[in-house]
Amino acid sequence: MSTVLEATDLAVEYRGHRTVRAVDGVSLTISAGEVLALVGESGCGKSSTARAVIGMEKPHSGDIRFRGAPVPPLGLRRRKAELTAMQMVFQDPNSSLNPRKRVGDQIADGVTAARSRGLSSDAPRQWLGAVGLDPDMVTRYPHQFSGGQRQRIAIARALAAQPDLLVADEPISALDASSQSEVASMMRRLVLQAGAGMLFISHDLSVVRIMADRVAVMYRGRIVESGPTAMVWADPVHPYTKALLGAIPHPDGKGVLPAAPAAEAPAEWHEELPGALDRG
Amino acid sequence: MSALSIRDLTIAFGRHDPVQVVSGISLDLSPGKIQGLAGESGSGKTVSAMAVLGLLPATAQVGGSIRLGTTELVGLRPRELNRVRGRRIAMVFQDPSASLHPQLTIGAQLTDHVRAHLRLNRRDARQRAIDLLTQVHVPDPAEALRRYPHQFSGGQRQRIAIAVALACDPEVLLADEPTTALDVTVQAGILHLLRELVDQRDLAVLLVTHDLGVMSAVADDVAVMRHGQIVESGSTHDVFTTPQHAYTRTLLESMPDAQQSLVEDDE
Repeated sequence: MSTVLEATDLAVEYRGHRTVRAVDGVSLTISAGEVLALVGESGCGKSSTARAVIGMEKPHSGDIRFRGAPVPPLGLRRRKAELTAMQMVFQDPNSSLNPRKRVGDQIADGVTAARSRGLSSDAPRQWLGAVGLDPDMVTRYPHQFSGGQRQRIAIARALAAQPDLLVADEPISALDASSQSEVASMMRRLVLQAGAGMLFISHDLSVVRIMADRVAVMYRGRIVESGPTAMVWADPVHPYTKALLGAIPHPDGKGVLPAAPAAEAPAEWHEELPGALDRG
Repeated sequence: MSALSIRDLTIAFGRHDPVQVVSGISLDLSPGKIQGLAGESGSGKTVSAMAVLGLLPATAQVGGSIRLGTTELVGLRPRELNRVRGRRIAMVFQDPSASLHPQLTIGAQLTDHVRAHLRLNRRDARQRAIDLLTQVHVPDPAEALRRYPHQFSGGQRQRIAIAVALACDPEVLLADEPTTALDVTVQAGILHLLRELVDQRDLAVLLVTHDLGVMSAVADDVAVMRHGQIVESGSTHDVFTTPQHAYTRTLLESMPDAQQSLVEDDE
């Protein structure tokens, strides 16, 4: 499998009264046809990692390569056409869709991006159908859809650009619980059909279990454990991963309280366990 | 004897052409029990909880009966409702930052309404605040009283919000998505605390959440709402293991827990 994305020793800092190092030496690779999930608590640096990978955040240090070429930070100037092969889906579709533009036209922007790289892409109508919406809705505006439908439109627009890499930052968190795993599964299916790779960021570990090939667990800016999802799930080795998985409540009707850590941030969670990285 | 009894509650919004959002739900909360109210967004779970506290806007038309012991809450005058609210029924919300005042110390928030409702002097109120923070396991309670909400983590803030809610020894606690904004490890701690408080204080709790995992972990009984109606209710064990209504089954089947990994399917 060919490597789509390679990030090495990535660090992101935010300056202020006190400089915060949100991402502290993260390395990851994503191949074509693969879904890598990045999980962890809020504030652990998952979103900063995603934004740095796609060039929305200027990394403090480290190296990001997309198909072997460095990814320059987004600036005022237009990006090179090649970089439209990276697409992103955000948590809140309201802030990523243009409220004054018909959804068909917004998806057509994705199609144009694909054409500019010499690729063909389906018509907006077909893309709407692919994400489970009525193709006749192309002439509608975003406000005429529910939140869940809007997120499907944002996904259709990103995929219409025929990306090699889709970066999705909490794409299902704003959806109703009953449609979360369906939308996540749909994303996986469409990305893999297109032969692309996906970086899927989520705090919902149950969904990650069913749709990610590999998982990287982040804690306080660092990846503490990574490996094939099934392996990490069945046999977590890092104390933080164990705590995270043990804390998930399961809808089984057994009335079992999930295990709660003794403290909010036990010292052992900061441990570095080289054996927990790149397992399998 | 139930602590709170809801009978045929209806809620509609709008004067002309009213939209009915809750159409005749009945629920009983018992002391020492957590009654879950599950459902998707827009199903009417939150407005039902708000109706109990009389917190709905003036455009809402509330029908049916909500009885707290022998007191009928529907149609109660604002002044009388104020004596019930915070004193006999308390509420915990999803976002603890919204229920705590950012510019007041924890001490002020934990003692002001206690002094107003229970007529305690300053020293007794302070001691009571320290006891409450101890019960919700906030470390170093005496020091915590001097600090402001932003100086605590999200989980600690929710513990403090729970302490504020419990300050006047209410009979009934309404908890609307109390752990939804929290990380899963922090959520686990709050769920333990909730269960502990219910058992110790014989509290009657209405737990509103869309999270069926949370529901299964702490609720004794559960009611599933859809389109303003309760479609199924029973013991948590029964509803989760042998759901009778098609909607409950659909909800449970849509949970990732119920699904095979797609990764294995590929290979």
